[in-house]
Amino acid sequence: MEIKLPKLPYSHDALEPYISQKTIEFHYGKHHQTYVNKLNELIKGSAFEKESLEEIIKKSEGAIFNNAAQVWNHTFYWEGFSTDGGGKPSGDLLAAIEKKYGSFEQFRDDFSQAAITLFGSGWAWLVKKPDGTLDIVKKSNAENPITDGDKPIMTCDVWEHAYYLDYQNRRPEYIDAFWKIINWDVIEKRFE
Amino acid sequence: MKKSIIITTIILVTFLITGIHLLESKQNINEHKNNRVMGQKDIHILPDLEYDYAALEPHIDARTMEIHHSKHHQAYVNNLNSAIKGTELEEMPLEKIFKNMSKHPVGVRNNGGGHYNHTLFWKVLSPNGGGKPGKKLLNDIESRFGSFEEFRKEFNSAAATRFGSGWAWLIVDKEGQLHITSTPNQDNPLMDVVDKQGIPILGIDVWEHAYYLKYQNRRPDYIEAFWNVINWNEVEKRYSEVIN
Repeated sequence: MEIKLPKLPYSHDALEPYISQKTIEFHYGKHHQTYVNKLNELIKGSAFEKESLEEIIKKSEGAIFNNAAQVWNHTFYWEGFSTDGGGKPSGDLLAAIEKKYGSFEQFRDDFSQAAITLFGSGWAWLVKKPDGTLDIVKKSNAENPITDGDKPIMTCDVWEHAYYLDYQNRRPEYIDAFWKIINWDVIEKRFE
Repeated sequence: MKKSIIITTIILVTFLITGIHLLESKQNINEHKNNRVMGQKDIHILPDLEYDYAALEPHIDARTMEIHHSKHHQAYVNNLNSAIKGTELEEMPLEKIFKNMSKHPVGVRNNGGGHYNHTLFWKVLSPNGGGKPGKKLLNDIESRFGSFEEFRKEFNSAAATRFGSGWAWLIVDKEGQLHITSTPNQDNPLMDVVDKQGIPILGIDVWEHAYYLKYQNRRPDYIEAFWNVINWNEVEKRYSEVIN
């Protein structure tokens, strides 16, 4: 089964000025697309061809894992944004955040800190652990919390390609902007 | 009459302003030197480039060079200085720290590597670079890799396939053999944490910050451009220091 690049749920300029149209054109149109293309090349004629993306991530390693996980991570990242995003979550997710971190603001600081201090390329994740509690984890390169048995809830891409055209070396400014486009409706549904 | 007064005034004012500027810049240089001598503020210092930020155009653009050197490299220097502050590592050369890297804090590994690697990188680049190395190194490359073209292909492949951030290297191992390796993030072949250790004589930075403003996702284009600015004199100098 050929893996396809999913359509973005908004236009390329929808996240301006926080993430520029140019960044989305490269990040989605080139990087994400290339991971899709490479994965299809790599699994062609192999047993992975019949597996779902999540199954490939759980069972593979090396180049297949890297490309499969990067396809999944980017799709998950794009789906978490909206042109009307920002603000705070509500309901069960907010309650779980306050229970674990004391306040939403504290959670935001902790998550931002994880994203800022991840050295090199990778992703900062909010995950739901098997016992239902939340955790913030840092993952290098393509690594994904699914392989640890955790359920991903939210992610921030801190590969330099995610922000270099807009923010260059100023990663903390990108992470500040990230909070203004979070689609909490989507994030809350993932937590349920 | 009036005109000459105005001209004289302009000349005097210009002299005055120039004088103040000269004094100020001299003061800055002295402050900078004092920091170096006293070693209180800065154990490690951002090295000046031997060429302008625009000198490697069109292969590496001026804006990339400026941010890469004055922001990224400077941050590694600053973070390294804070990471070693008040510890025994303040007195230790980086090469010696790298030998036992696994025993030292990760902040020293990341920032010490970042400082060393970028310092090497700036030195092995030159606006008058490109071409091939001189006889001795060229011969040794040819006998090791078959041909200079084959070496170039293998080095490019190491640089292109490094997943995420990192570096590709030409190193000399302890038997004096040339090898192509690559390391993640700011690790380097002098560190005891890498698969293949050796002394690096050439390195290419493949962190996205090294090429993204000009080449975006096209890392192979950046790697091709790198060959036009390699300072082979410097690489040869490093090679002869290692093997002799």
